[in-house]
Amino acid sequence: MAIDWQPSASFETLRERARLMAKVRAFFAQRDVLEVETPVLGQGGSTDIHLVSLHTLARTDKGQRRLWLQTSPEFHMKRLLAAGSGPIFQLARSFRDGEIGARHNIEFTMLEWYRPQFTLDQLIDETATLIMSLLPSFPGPPVHYRYRELFHTYVEVDPFTTSLDRLRAIAAERAQMSAQSLADEGRETCLDLLMSVVIEPQLGQQELSVVVDYPASQAALARRHQDADGEWVASRFEVYLNGIELANGYDELTDAAEQRTRFAEDNAERRRLGLPEVDVDERLLAALEHGMPEGAGVALGIDRLIQLALGKARLEDVLTFSTPSC
Amino acid sequence: MANYSTNEFKAGLKVMLDGDPCAIVENELVKPGKGQAFNRVKLRNLMTGRVGEKTFKSGDSLEGADVMDLEMEYLYTDGDMWHFMKTDGSFEQYAVEKKALGDTVKWLKEQVPYIITLWDDKAISVTPPNFIELEVVETDPGLKGDTAQGGSKPATLSSGAVVRVPLFINQGEVLKIDTRSGDYVSRA
Repeated sequence: MAIDWQPSASFETLRERARLMAKVRAFFAQRDVLEVETPVLGQGGSTDIHLVSLHTLARTDKGQRRLWLQTSPEFHMKRLLAAGSGPIFQLARSFRDGEIGARHNIEFTMLEWYRPQFTLDQLIDETATLIMSLLPSFPGPPVHYRYRELFHTYVEVDPFTTSLDRLRAIAAERAQMSAQSLADEGRETCLDLLMSVVIEPQLGQQELSVVVDYPASQAALARRHQDADGEWVASRFEVYLNGIELANGYDELTDAAEQRTRFAEDNAERRRLGLPEVDVDERLLAALEHGMPEGAGVALGIDRLIQLALGKARLEDVLTFSTPSC
Repeated sequence: MANYSTNEFKAGLKVMLDGDPCAIVENELVKPGKGQAFNRVKLRNLMTGRVGEKTFKSGDSLEGADVMDLEMEYLYTDGDMWHFMKTDGSFEQYAVEKKALGDTVKWLKEQVPYIITLWDDKAISVTPPNFIELEVVETDPGLKGDTAQGGSKPATLSSGAVVRVPLFINQGEVLKIDTRSGDYVSRA
């Protein structure tokens, strides 16, 4: 059989892609946000239990070391912020093992930016403005939804108070999954399942959808606060268009001790699940101890946004060579 | 049979689901940026032909199904079973039940090759060729001069199927039929 060596994207698409990338850079230049380039390799990696990190062995000044391919440029960019960089953005190659599909590629480009002193609402506005400036037509003004409200509307359960047994039963039914394969799963898996299979496809169809007030357990590297109903929620937002998750923003956690605890909890959970532990990024923790300015940051899957802007069916249609043909 | 994990699910892979053999039609990774990954999988139940969607946790696995598609010629029916013979020169014969034959019963013609799907060496479905040539055994007399447009009429074919044909077609003619839609294509 002939080896398929041809590019995944057409040259016309690649020209369009280059034009959109230039627009992104112009957008930030106009706003005095500095473009930076941070390493793909790091001595620490993401402990997030849902991400699978790639790593490699390198001969360094300290001998052979395991270095982690970054799942996003977050840790290095936060060290720049702590060192006093001011607002920064990056178009960063990022790596997440095992993620291949119509909206996923193991190696992809993340547009990530940080805004010291910005509130979450200010960053939501800026994110929506950027997204709309790249789309060929106006998708409709951004509409905000609370995570809880979406579950009431589309699943008729409350993500915070519904019993685990009931959540499992509803998740199995609505997502066409066997009850048995959810039998040992906790609330988070049931909520993730309902969110990704039932709710997400409904979002961003008539407008740009912005989801806020995620459960506190899904905070990752965001602060937590009590919402209007008194529930602890993550100070985090996500943006959806055409049922596709585009961006994920945080009111950034700046507390080094809290961050250390979350990393340790992740690794404890990894041990419990039999997943490999990930080296904690001690340099990030040291930077947070030194002090990172309060502010907000967001990561946006620029390949997906280009895919939507150009009306392409699959992510590989906007990549020179997708992972299956790299 | 081997077990297959969600990352090995590819279109065409045959797996067991709830006791029935199924063919995977499509497999898509669904993963929130901060959350558990799932696979949305479209499967065709090979017993019923129905296509349904299922969700699996990424990393879940299913047992492979011992399913094979083989080309066989139709021989005859004894009223209870329909008999086919492999076209690989082995002369090996398989008897097919009415249930497995399904709608294909109306597209049967001797010596035409069909695709027989075997599960654990038992025939579970029969797929006719996309196009088949069959003789008209009954239809109203043809209208002279009407060769292009205007109306259609029912015609019963030698296999028992009834299809809509143009008015100019006569009994005894052999027609080319699309078995997927049941539509008349042309005179053979």
